[in-house]
Amino acid sequence: MTSQALLRVQHLRVEIPTRRGVLLALDDVSFTIAPGEILGFVGESGAGKSLTGMAILGLLDPPGRVASGEIWLGERRIDTLSQREMRLIRGKQIGAVFQDPLMSLNPLLQIGDQLIESIRTHLPLTHEQAAARALALMRSVGIPAPEARFTAYPHQFSGGMRQRIVIALALCAQPELIVADEPTTALDVSIQAQVLHLLKSQCREQGTAMLLVTHDMGVIAETADRVAVMYAGRIVEIGPVADVIKAPVHPYTRGLMGAIPSLAPVTGPLAQIDGAMPRLNARPDGCAFHPRCPAATAQCRAQSPGLETRHGRQVACWVHQASQEAA
Amino acid sequence: MMDQTPAGLLAPAPSAWHRFLDSDFVYSFRQSPTAIVAAAVLLLFVLVALLAPWIAPQNPFDPAALELINSRIPPAWLEGGQARFPLGTDGQGRDLLSVLMFGLRISLLVSFCATLFALAVGVTLGLISGSAGGRIDNLIMRLADMQLSFPTILVALLIDGLSRALLPRSVHEQLALWVVVFAIGISTWVQYARTVRGATLVEKTKDYVHAARLIGMGPLRILFKHVLPNVLGPVLVIATLSLGLGILTEATLSFLGLGVPPTSPSLGTLIRIGNEVLFSGEWWVTVMPGACLVVLVLAINLLGDWLRDVFNPKLK
Amino acid sequence: MTDIALQVSDLQRHFPMGQSLLRAALGRTAQSVRAVDGVGFNIQRGQTFSLVGESGCGKSTLARLVAGLDTPTGGQVRFSDAGKTSHRIQMIFQDPYASLNPRYRVGTAIAEPIRFQKLLPEAAVLPRVHELLRQVGLAAADAAKFPHEFSGGQRQRVSIARALAGNPTFLVCDEPTSALDVSVQAQILNLLRQLQAELGLTCLFISHNLAVINYVSHDVGVMYLGRLVEVAPTRVLFEAPKHPYTQMLLAALPRLDTRGREQPPIMGEIPSPLAPPSGCAFHPRCPHANARCQSELPTLQDAPDGSRIACHAVAEGRIPVSLFT
Repeated sequence: MTSQALLRVQHLRVEIPTRRGVLLALDDVSFTIAPGEILGFVGESGAGKSLTGMAILGLLDPPGRVASGEIWLGERRIDTLSQREMRLIRGKQIGAVFQDPLMSLNPLLQIGDQLIESIRTHLPLTHEQAAARALALMRSVGIPAPEARFTAYPHQFSGGMRQRIVIALALCAQPELIVADEPTTALDVSIQAQVLHLLKSQCREQGTAMLLVTHDMGVIAETADRVAVMYAGRIVEIGPVADVIKAPVHPYTRGLMGAIPSLAPVTGPLAQIDGAMPRLNARPDGCAFHPRCPAATAQCRAQSPGLETRHGRQVACWVHQASQEAA
Repeated sequence: MMDQTPAGLLAPAPSAWHRFLDSDFVYSFRQSPTAIVAAAVLLLFVLVALLAPWIAPQNPFDPAALELINSRIPPAWLEGGQARFPLGTDGQGRDLLSVLMFGLRISLLVSFCATLFALAVGVTLGLISGSAGGRIDNLIMRLADMQLSFPTILVALLIDGLSRALLPRSVHEQLALWVVVFAIGISTWVQYARTVRGATLVEKTKDYVHAARLIGMGPLRILFKHVLPNVLGPVLVIATLSLGLGILTEATLSFLGLGVPPTSPSLGTLIRIGNEVLFSGEWWVTVMPGACLVVLVLAINLLGDWLRDVFNPKLK
Repeated sequence: MTDIALQVSDLQRHFPMGQSLLRAALGRTAQSVRAVDGVGFNIQRGQTFSLVGESGCGKSTLARLVAGLDTPTGGQVRFSDAGKTSHRIQMIFQDPYASLNPRYRVGTAIAEPIRFQKLLPEAAVLPRVHELLRQVGLAAADAAKFPHEFSGGQRQRVSIARALAGNPTFLVCDEPTSALDVSVQAQILNLLRQLQAELGLTCLFISHNLAVINYVSHDVGVMYLGRLVEVAPTRVLFEAPKHPYTQMLLAALPRLDTRGREQPPIMGEIPSPLAPPSGCAFHPRCPHANARCQSELPTLQDAPDGSRIACHAVAEGRIPVSLFT
């Protein structure tokens, strides 16, 4: 199954050295993304989902660093590449869409120029060819009257439009993988639906895989094929979206699904998980979730569980493993 | 239904002193040799200035203690120097080390008071400007702009000259020190006002200010109880750098003969006096206060630079 | 027998846009942004009324007008027990990091309303602060701590405690959980519901999140560019939305049970409040718009199931009501 994986992350460990000691931000994160697949990363703030995306892109903020583990893109290992080599990969093979479009767009340059520059960096086209391609891209992401807006500046577009342009930029060199970090969080609900639809259809059309990072389960449900649930720097559950959402196994995932308000009539209080995710400098021993887990055992307090595969799903939980073995 | 807090949060909160010692501020201080040396030098100077009347080997203002026979003695390490006059003496037989100590005292006093004055005026005007908005804001800011178009020295000169012209001589003699303080203070209030105005504009929109309004607090009370403590951060940096500048400004004024009266000579006065005999070979009379001035202002500036970097969130 | 705690009638808040002297000299009237443009609703005592809408709809401005932090340019806000005790309106804000003074200990912040309004003798203040902290799920020992020692969710709890310290009868909640994670949001929402039931508070709740609105509200108002387009009891709104904008909002929500959509959702962007469309502000994006919609502003009309809708197409019976299960 993994022999054809586009992206392979194995035992990734990201540390942040501070003056009070080394903080462990990502702990033994392993997963794969098949070509054309959309893998969602869901979790709350501080879980490490954005860091995973940044580590893959080679954009970790120093002093954060990849302490151990491997990241493979196809046949090539990318976590050990130099910054210069990573720059060639970013854009051409891995594209990025961030939450704030103004991070990706230069406010001082016209949109058309930015698109042309991006295209020509990665593809051997002349200026005219690149301009034509840029126009086509703008049309394909649904920007009305692209010829007129070609010379406009980012601030003249609305938030949703800017995000569409960012998607166009990310896709212009036809990368194999896109890392999308909360691409619609800052957008209004009605715009969010449009942009998500665009992202998904573009990826499907071009066969681009996507790592979609978000805190919103609904976005995952709409867009992703598989989902990985992160907690305190580890993946606690990973599997097909429909399975994980309808029948979550890990106690954290179950708590999370229960805590999400729905549109159905209200029957009682929302299921809540007491407490909060531990800060990086206060991680409990053993399973990071055990202080908040209703089913915690002595083993949970002592040892951190690894991901066990069962029925097409991977779960990191001692209690679940025990019940599976008993079954 | 309680938030499960890790054990550390439920322990009693550490005292203010312990929190300060453990803070990032103290940590980066310990990491920066420049800051440590600069702070040590500054501390030394301040202590010397404060204790001058007690630790100076000689009281240079007491005519009875002076003997002309002791005049023009070079510093101790040169030929002709004496151990009891480590930095030499001037034309009247005054021990230069003692004179320097008292001069330092005056320089620091004037600059410190001027900075305090500028701070008080600038912070108040900045607060009013930022919170009132509209016409008052415009008025104060245009005043500030006008002031900025004059060089500091010029403003100080103007006020000093005016006071000399308007006040009778005896009154001026008495008040000269405070005229200088006023002159320097008035010429530097603008930077405080602008910074505080900017910070006030930001804090004004924050929700805790709204919450205070909701319980019925008046705007003035909110300004001083809630907004003020949160806008003072950058003021510390400005004040430190301003201190150095104030010392130099006062030295310049005194050098030009317009600053402090000759009865309480500052470092600038001393430089001027020494300047007159510079070319007759007694270089130490002007160079010693000059060197002292340089070291003092350098220490303050380095400390101020470090403070500015520490408080700059973008550098983190 | 309805007991109305708050009555808002034809509320307006226009922000004049600064204009150059030249324009003023030429006699052109200043443009203004009509952030709230004729909004009216009632809230029953002990109930929660929610306002939902996207950016630029004016719900936050409306919240400030109701709380008294801003003065309307037209219309009225009338509390039924105004004048009996002053300042019984409190507010919970969106940003947990800006709603507490970073220099004040949490206990001091909570005690401030009590002390300033002299609600209790000094000796009784600290016990009351501890009681409030416990009521919102924190520990009495937390009173000595500073805001930066707490997480976002805990800070919101402190804000709630501070709001309750003033013994309010009316609470305005402006997106209180938008900045919080899902599991923390659940804790805060549960807490708010519980407190409302215990203390009989009347609430105005602002949010852009329809699922949260569904959980906390008795009645919902949908706003678009400064006006109410639909007002209905919660179940009625979610099961039988009538206004095309409400229908669009509900359709655009990412749902946990849909596996991707076949048809793309309705396109179009929210118009700028500086240049609102003529007539019904939603007409450029509305599949049912006709000539009347382009020229005439619709007003809220009552419907038999208790909802009020401002839409010509609905009034004329041109749209089928989409039923959500």
